[in-house]
Amino acid sequence: MTPHAIFTAFSTIVVREIRRFTRIWAQTLLPPAVTMTLYFIIFGNLIGSRIGQMGGFDYMSFIVPGLIMMSVITSSYANVVSSFFSMKFQRSIEELLVSPVPNWVILAGYVTGGMARGLGIGLIVTLLSLAFTQLSIHNLPMMVLTVFLTSALFALGGFINAMLATKFDDISIVPTFVLTPLTYLGGVFYSIDLLPGFWQGVSMANPILYMVNGFRYGILGVSDVNPFVSLGMILLFISILAFIALRMLARGKGIRH
Amino acid sequence: MTNALEIEGLTKTYGDGFQALKGIDLHVAEGDFFALLGPNGAGKSTTLGIVCSLVNKTEGKVRVFGYDTDTHLSDAKLNLGVVPQEFNFNQFEKVVDIVTTQAGYYGIPLKQAYASAEKYLKKLGLWDKRDTPARMLSGGMKRRLMIARALVHEPKLLILDEPTAGVDIELRRSMWAFLEEMNRQGTTIILTTHYLEEAEALCRNIAIIDHGKILKNTSKKALLQQLSVETFVLDTEEPLDVAPELTSFPARLDGEGALEVEVEKGLGLNQVFVQLEQLGIKVVSMRTKANRLEELFIRMVEENAADSGQSVEGVA
Repeated sequence: MTPHAIFTAFSTIVVREIRRFTRIWAQTLLPPAVTMTLYFIIFGNLIGSRIGQMGGFDYMSFIVPGLIMMSVITSSYANVVSSFFSMKFQRSIEELLVSPVPNWVILAGYVTGGMARGLGIGLIVTLLSLAFTQLSIHNLPMMVLTVFLTSALFALGGFINAMLATKFDDISIVPTFVLTPLTYLGGVFYSIDLLPGFWQGVSMANPILYMVNGFRYGILGVSDVNPFVSLGMILLFISILAFIALRMLARGKGIRH
Repeated sequence: MTNALEIEGLTKTYGDGFQALKGIDLHVAEGDFFALLGPNGAGKSTTLGIVCSLVNKTEGKVRVFGYDTDTHLSDAKLNLGVVPQEFNFNQFEKVVDIVTTQAGYYGIPLKQAYASAEKYLKKLGLWDKRDTPARMLSGGMKRRLMIARALVHEPKLLILDEPTAGVDIELRRSMWAFLEEMNRQGTTIILTTHYLEEAEALCRNIAIIDHGKILKNTSKKALLQQLSVETFVLDTEEPLDVAPELTSFPARLDGEGALEVEVEKGLGLNQVFVQLEQLGIKVVSMRTKANRLEELFIRMVEENAADSGQSVEGVA
């Protein structure tokens, strides 16, 4: 395929993905907006006013970056895992497999589609947060880079999950038992300074902690970890997951007999 | 002339150890209308699945218009259109989106894709349904949608796996006419079908596959010439209790009281009627028991099953 044809194939996948999640907006865009608004009201306003300051900021300002990141992570992951698995389930994945689209374009297309939903949700949650607090941006490039790369990383994770899944249960196990606990324990609601030394060490093994703190640094200028270490960690994970996903596609894991 | 499809020494062993293909060779000339026939589980869909990259081969070579699928897969795929046996599109998408999206996968820009989708959806009588979600279509419309989708990038080789399964006779005939027109315009067509009448009506060359081996690969004409005996079913005016004994024509009664007579090629039917007349049996109507290809096909598959000590569970 010529570079122009490859770009057409890539944009076809991305447009198809965007069309899918906007067609079912009540399942994809509305729920995180409602959930995050409840978080802002309950944790930010009602409970947060009694907590006082965290990391030098009022509690609402502290949790907003974490909640935005949480929405981006779960939506990026959910979009790819549910879309790709549905294609496997309906066998419409065969439309792609018989076509000359290279594997890396298939992966890039799905990841970009996942990022479109993840970042779109991130934007919606950010706009909603403005109703509760004022946002100032400390380091725009760091903020943008962190949120884009994190979204790409979890879209890749969703892709691998969908490749391995053989039934619908398999696509909810990782989000429920891995992503949600890691996100809640990843410094969304607290600074790890509050934890005893041992648990601080354990928290440092949680990759989501780096992403939440990298993003928080971009907005507030405070972080439990070095933001450049965060970026390095995200890039490392992206490289590993992209390699695994491409290997699986080349072997046809779960999609070719 | 380049062959549209060349398969050499193709084998496929699935993970559970089942050997679906045992080294098949197949050549389909450019412009041909070719049928691949075989009983259920013979290896037809596995063969086509490997050609279309939906199944990983174990060994062997596949070339599409000279492009080796091991080294020039992208070029091979650009020349190939596939209509699978089962519906494999997103049921929630609109008809026109399904077709234009497929064109996009082949690198065709949207404007051009839309024009091509319009051309084939109109030809297949689906243009009025372009904005309908695919799940709302009838079974026949869904089959035609898959044909439009397979043609949107104008492939030189069209592969159809049971394209008219579950389609009513009228629609089947119109799909035959459409495929014949495509073939006349230069598209090479390979099909598997459950209806041997379909293969006999459409195809010029035929391969019969069973238990992962090609039993026969020849022209339809040569294949039909092998058929030395044809069976006719005669309805008599008076019901018969026993089959009459006819010289040179083995006869028997079928389950519904009609008379089945085997006639060897070259003997002619006149002698049958003369003998029946002499016995006072009056014939009111007559038909062939099965179409000629079906008769030959069943015989070949039964012989192969007998050779390999297996039973025949289904045909085509």
